[in-house]
Amino acid sequence: MLLEWIYDLTYALLKPFKRFLKPDSFAEKAMISIEKVGKGVVFDCQMCGQCILHSTGMVCSMNCPKNLRNGPCGGVRLNGHCEVKPEQACVWVKIYEGSIASPKYGGEIMWLQPPVNRTLQDTSSWVNLLHGIDQKMKTVWQTQEDKDALEPLFRGSNEKE
Amino acid sequence: MKKNKSSMSQLEEVLISGRFAITSELNPPDSADAEDVNRAAMILAGFCDGINAVDASGANCHMSSMSICALLTRVGYEPVYQISCRDRNRIAIQGDILGAAAMGVRNLLCITGDDVSAGDQPGAKPVFDFDSIQLLRTARMMRDERVFLSGRKITSELPLFLGAAANPFVPPYDWRPKRLAKKIAAGAQFIQTQYCFDIPRFKEYMRQVRNMGLHEQVYILVGVGPLRSYGAANFMRTKVPGITIPDEIMDRLKKTPKERQQEEGKNICIEILQQVREIEGVAGVHIMAYRQEELVAEIVQEAGLLPRIAQQPF
Repeated sequence: MLLEWIYDLTYALLKPFKRFLKPDSFAEKAMISIEKVGKGVVFDCQMCGQCILHSTGMVCSMNCPKNLRNGPCGGVRLNGHCEVKPEQACVWVKIYEGSIASPKYGGEIMWLQPPVNRTLQDTSSWVNLLHGIDQKMKTVWQTQEDKDALEPLFRGSNEKE
Repeated sequence: MKKNKSSMSQLEEVLISGRFAITSELNPPDSADAEDVNRAAMILAGFCDGINAVDASGANCHMSSMSICALLTRVGYEPVYQISCRDRNRIAIQGDILGAAAMGVRNLLCITGDDVSAGDQPGAKPVFDFDSIQLLRTARMMRDERVFLSGRKITSELPLFLGAAANPFVPPYDWRPKRLAKKIAAGAQFIQTQYCFDIPRFKEYMRQVRNMGLHEQVYILVGVGPLRSYGAANFMRTKVPGITIPDEIMDRLKKTPKERQQEEGKNICIEILQQVREIEGVAGVHIMAYRQEELVAEIVQEAGLLPRIAQQPF
């Protein structure tokens, strides 16, 4: 998927500038503006500061009225629309479709996403990613082995018995 | 992991033994009268292995699930404490889990919760600090690693049997078994599903669940319940989030004379119960009989699920 490629490219471009892109720096302020406008237009970004777009089919999960980051609730309507906003398609229905269309990162939809760190609201996701701030927790949420064990379940469950 | 006992829960014991489990739920009162809770529980207790204390389902305000658990544990009954993510943040929820276990609660059902817009006070602030999977994972962390989310130690054991909800009957259908896999990874040991009225859909769901081997990792209790009338069914279908009722069932109720609709609703429930019981990987049923709790006994009896070894606290 093109967006996956853009994600990889952005990461590769920003990584060398990690020591300039520090939290609370002028560079972060600039990044915040860029993310607000760029991701705002493309993804209706809510600036949670801990972006998981590539793990959610390149659809922003924070647009779910319940802020769900691990999958759809049980209230999805039969036409695939939202329980809370009937006129809008369920964000997680779009995420599921987006993940199927994402060959590289699609399986990450199976990861257990930790609770949102609300102190990162309106900070730069890219800065937080480069410095590991977005994943920082005092407890082990999910090991890489557990993630690796879950991922294959995403694509291989529909065969006949 | 499914067979290892993690709590002192009687519900878990029934499931491990391989007996067909029955849970039900208590219609929470709009009163401050403990007798209302005891009376409602007494009707159900003899016929099921656990009673859910529901957490303002449909986002309508009633007596809280925590208080219902307090009243039931006082008389020695072991309820299923339902926690939704709608009304409380992570600090309140973790504290409540400790308190519930201290009172004698052994079963926890972690759910996202209906949005406030579904209820009678749609102007309320929705919280959703956790989602159901984050709530499950946190409860498992508290039990198994004996720490809060912050890493701070919990100084006692926390024997809890962890449950989650599943709704196989709404889109995206193929995602639903995968979501179940995530819930198991997060800590779910038992599942109570949304109302099952669509047997073919449920069979397909279970086929995928078995394909992934999930039925061996979690106990699945299928949600069933009697529809009180055509009007009630129509209300549930259009107004309650997540409930799917196929046209055939609606037609069957519509064709039945009004005074016999409740009986017909019960018959449909028993038929569904007997059908899901035959499906491989189904460990029990969760009978939801909103405002007709007295029917649970009849359903259990007429479905041939007696005699039962139930909790007898009263």
